Amino acid sequence: MSGPSTYVPKSALGKWFESRLPIMGLVHSSFVAYPTPRNLNYMWTFGAILAFMLGAQIVTGVVLAMHYTPEATLAFDSVEHIMRDVNYGWLLRYLHSNGASMFFLAVYAHIFRGIYYGSYKAPREVLWILGVIIYLLMMATAFMGYVLPWGQMSFWGATVITNLFSAIPLVGKSVSTWLWGGYAVGDATLNRFFSLHYLLPFMIAGVVVLHIWALHVAGQNNPDGVDVKDVARDTVAFTPYATLKDMFGLSVFLIVYAWFVFYIPNFLGDADNYIKANPLQTPARIVPEWYLLPFYAILRAIPNKLIGVIALFSAIALLAFLPWLDTSPVRSAKYRPVFRVFFWVFLFVCIGLGWLGSQEITDAYVLSARILAICYFAFFLIVLPLLGLFETTKPLPPSIADAVLAKAKGEASRESAAPAEKSGVTGERAEGH
Amino acid sequence: MSGEATVDQSRRDFLFIATGAAGAVAVAATAWPLIDQMNPDASTLALASSEIDLSAVQEGQILTVKWRGKPVFVRHRTKKEIEEAAAAPLDELRDPQTDAQRVKKPEWLIVVGVCTHLGCIPLGHEGKYDGWFCPCHGSVYDTSGRIRQGPAPLNLEVPEYSFLSDTKVRVG
Repeated sequence: MSGPSTYVPKSALGKWFESRLPIMGLVHSSFVAYPTPRNLNYMWTFGAILAFMLGAQIVTGVVLAMHYTPEATLAFDSVEHIMRDVNYGWLLRYLHSNGASMFFLAVYAHIFRGIYYGSYKAPREVLWILGVIIYLLMMATAFMGYVLPWGQMSFWGATVITNLFSAIPLVGKSVSTWLWGGYAVGDATLNRFFSLHYLLPFMIAGVVVLHIWALHVAGQNNPDGVDVKDVARDTVAFTPYATLKDMFGLSVFLIVYAWFVFYIPNFLGDADNYIKANPLQTPARIVPEWYLLPFYAILRAIPNKLIGVIALFSAIALLAFLPWLDTSPVRSAKYRPVFRVFFWVFLFVCIGLGWLGSQEITDAYVLSARILAICYFAFFLIVLPLLGLFETTKPLPPSIADAVLAKAKGEASRESAAPAEKSGVTGERAEGH
Repeated sequence: MSGEATVDQSRRDFLFIATGAAGAVAVAATAWPLIDQMNPDASTLALASSEIDLSAVQEGQILTVKWRGKPVFVRHRTKKEIEEAAAAPLDELRDPQTDAQRVKKPEWLIVVGVCTHLGCIPLGHEGKYDGWFCPCHGSVYDTSGRIRQGPAPLNLEVPEYSFLSDTKVRVG
């Protein structure tokens, strides 16, 4: 989409370096001259927010690892040592633990934005699947990170999740034993989880590079879901337009993050995790972190172990098949009136499952969790394939520029006071890079 | 000329297959240690059995001891509990086993205290059958440790054990 870079270094040193390693040209064509659709809204700032959060988690994580001890008898105390003795340890740990939640908050906004605007449809299937892989890696990383403080919820969360693998027919028990390095979650498990928790973020970073690469091949989707037809009319340069918008979105996001860190740092945690792990006593209720609750609710809704585990994993795996389950050629929900209703229902179902996942098991609970779990799967397996066949979509705008101009015209007619200002959007702003 | 080319070709094929086969063996031989290092180590395996003193366990009590990092329940069953366990109709059981198959002496039930669903520790003297109730996902076990309700697929596991004397048991 962007074509070969037209970057020309200004200094002699820059020219010398560029002819040997054209990395500045790559950065320039990817993050400066790169054309972004001019109609992007704030939901498109979550990509940059996520990149920031990955960086923040790696930086705080690396320094926390300098003070943490991955050994079953010492881990819990070493976390308290970080909180009480290490300079700014409380800040670094709260940034890291709340950072995980913020990371998931942003990734859910990013995923639901992708679903709403059909960002997974051709030619962005590989881009979407890479995103699902990142999401899976994030869940694995977060789960293992949550085990490290070695509190009661760490220990029992690890026990429940690793026992999911024991549902595999024939080899399940050996797989669990292999994962534990013993006959139950213990010191060996803690050690390997620490090792993998340090490794996986860098694997995420690797897949993020592929994700951005695939994005820059296909180009960004946009709220109207129509392709860029004329780069000069339909797009603006990444810098300064997208860069500044991302910065603003990130700043607002960081205010929320800081609010959690400084005012309610334990709001998203579980009080039981401030009790040291005890292999002989299960807490009254085992609740995973909030970002895994919908899947946990699906697991608990099913009275059969193997089927429950299969349902849990397929609930996640279905995301990867979204590009083929959704048969509609129209991308954006803006032009899909029926899909739009189902989208909000689906969001409600996910939030409802999440809430149920945190509740105690009663008959009413199990019944509602079953209904919502059926709705969850029905969205993917029934609603999306059929909507493409039966839905009457609204007419698409001929181009991104036309959509923007139509909107600007509508606003101008409403507030006719400033027509001249609005006409500035007509945009012959071909960025001559 | 053509004869020579054929010879060359078959040599090349041989080298290709031989190299590939050797490579596959080398990859497998390298991968296995990397995988097997995660299995329980020698020090973990060495702690595989433990002895339990039963003399202090009163009738109706459940003693919890640690074995292989997991709890083992030693339940001194009352007469009523034994009768209930024996009376359970087999065709109602998800994992059919008679009570006699699960104990060596009827008054002593010894089971691994790990829910067969997802590994939580069930609470004793709770649930509909007064056996165990798992607080995590609601599995209910009877006084023989057999699964009666909830998501768990199997009965509480009976570990290998032997009575060393009337008041001493070795598990493992």
